[in-house]
Amino acid sequence: MVQSIVPQIIKESVVNLIQKGERADGRALDQYREISLETGIIKKAEGSARVKIGKTQIVVGAKPQIGEPFPDTPNVGVLITNSELLPMAAPNFEAGPPNETSVELARVTDRCIREGEVLDLEKLVIIPGKKVWMIFLDLHIVDYDGNLMDAAVLGSLAALSNTKIPSTTIEGDEVVIDYEKMVPIPIKEQPLMCTLAKIGGELVADPSLEEDDVLDARISIGLRVDGSICAMQKGGSVPLTREEILKSIEIAQEKTKELRKSIPKE
Amino acid sequence: MLLIEDKQIVVPGEILAEGDFHSGRGTFKDADKVCSSLVGLVAVRDKKISVIPLQSKYIPKRGDVVIGKISDIRFSMWNLDINSPYSGILPAAEVFGKEKRELNRAFDVGDVLFLRVVDVDEVKKVKLGLKGRGLGKFRGGILIHITPTKVPRLIGKKGSMINMIKDQTKCEVVVGQNGVVWVKGKPEMERIVQKVIKTIEEEAHTSGLTDRIKNMLFELLGEKTEKTEKTNKEEDFEEELIQ
Repeated sequence: MVQSIVPQIIKESVVNLIQKGERADGRALDQYREISLETGIIKKAEGSARVKIGKTQIVVGAKPQIGEPFPDTPNVGVLITNSELLPMAAPNFEAGPPNETSVELARVTDRCIREGEVLDLEKLVIIPGKKVWMIFLDLHIVDYDGNLMDAAVLGSLAALSNTKIPSTTIEGDEVVIDYEKMVPIPIKEQPLMCTLAKIGGELVADPSLEEDDVLDARISIGLRVDGSICAMQKGGSVPLTREEILKSIEIAQEKTKELRKSIPKE
Repeated sequence: MLLIEDKQIVVPGEILAEGDFHSGRGTFKDADKVCSSLVGLVAVRDKKISVIPLQSKYIPKRGDVVIGKISDIRFSMWNLDINSPYSGILPAAEVFGKEKRELNRAFDVGDVLFLRVVDVDEVKKVKLGLKGRGLGKFRGGILIHITPTKVPRLIGKKGSMINMIKDQTKCEVVVGQNGVVWVKGKPEMERIVQKVIKTIEEEAHTSGLTDRIKNMLFELLGEKTEKTEKTNKEEDFEEELIQ
């Protein structure tokens, strides 16, 4: 992503508003935009979801495939997360090899899903050391309007909860796949992410595109259902103080509870 | 024979009229038929048919006034983003004359300027200038983006719409032909102007818009009139920049 140039006067107006406790779109500092979540939108994928936070839109697909486990972890399945910033999502997104933003998004999402123990990877083993399920999680950013990380984690979680894999039996050395009998993937935990941006010395939740462009620093916190932290990522050039980090964790714990309501119950 | 009604929405390729009609903007002629070349609203004026697109990109035209932001500084010119597929250039000579000075002392990347399109050549290289009343760098305020085709509607007949907004909110408002609008006033008034301009953009095709905007302004300002009446005397925003 080529960094977009933000006019100085836009930065000033955003900062001035936030210091007065207001935001350009009329939200409170800790208020999210409207969230919508649909699952099972792609018939060709075993699990899928479309998540919208405001105008930010991400389509997530999960594809299981049988493969060999990594040699150092023969007894667990494989989870691979990849993200794609589609050029149609924003004027400054370019086609081509993944860039910093794209890699960061994929890695932070992967960390939150992995360390949040969404999947019981041990249950994805078919023949230890030889055959395991590999889950490919693909994030497609269809429309960019700020706060990709929260949307990506929410979408990934929804897509995985929606994923069904065919049941397998072992006959001799062969793995027989029964596509008639699809079973839901074992889900253990439901972590979610909350991103806070530091703008003009204040912390704001769910930064919009304008706010994403002018922020001094941002912190994304991944939290499990019980409120314990499973992932964290800091961005931006300005440091955060200890108090600010503790405060953002507090806000994130509050906000992820709200976010959790948007997950469809199955 | 006219096949459509005035202000009807049409799609590309749709036949608008047959026979003795002239093809205006957004249309093309195929034998004796006038067809639309884009998605938009039909405007029939006597025998001339044109289609006004619902959304458009700004195509630079000589003499237009535009609002641009500086995206790059080169050896002897600035590059500007003018909300168009074509980027604009502002030569240093336009600003300094024959004097030689450092460019970034005058304008830096991220500054927003009000400019005039001096020339557009055949490869759509857009030369901009700062010579004219009110042209120059903006300080403070907010920017609002609208579709360039809706700009005439925002200004209104002889500026009726824009002057009403300026009078009611006591804001300075500058409209660029490229669909960028700059507003400066009290922060709460800036927000009201933003809301009003977005409404105008959405409802540009409907009739009786000026009256409805007038009512909307009264409604939005209703709660704040008492406060503003007191402060009006202290800070009287004069409209300095009229295009």
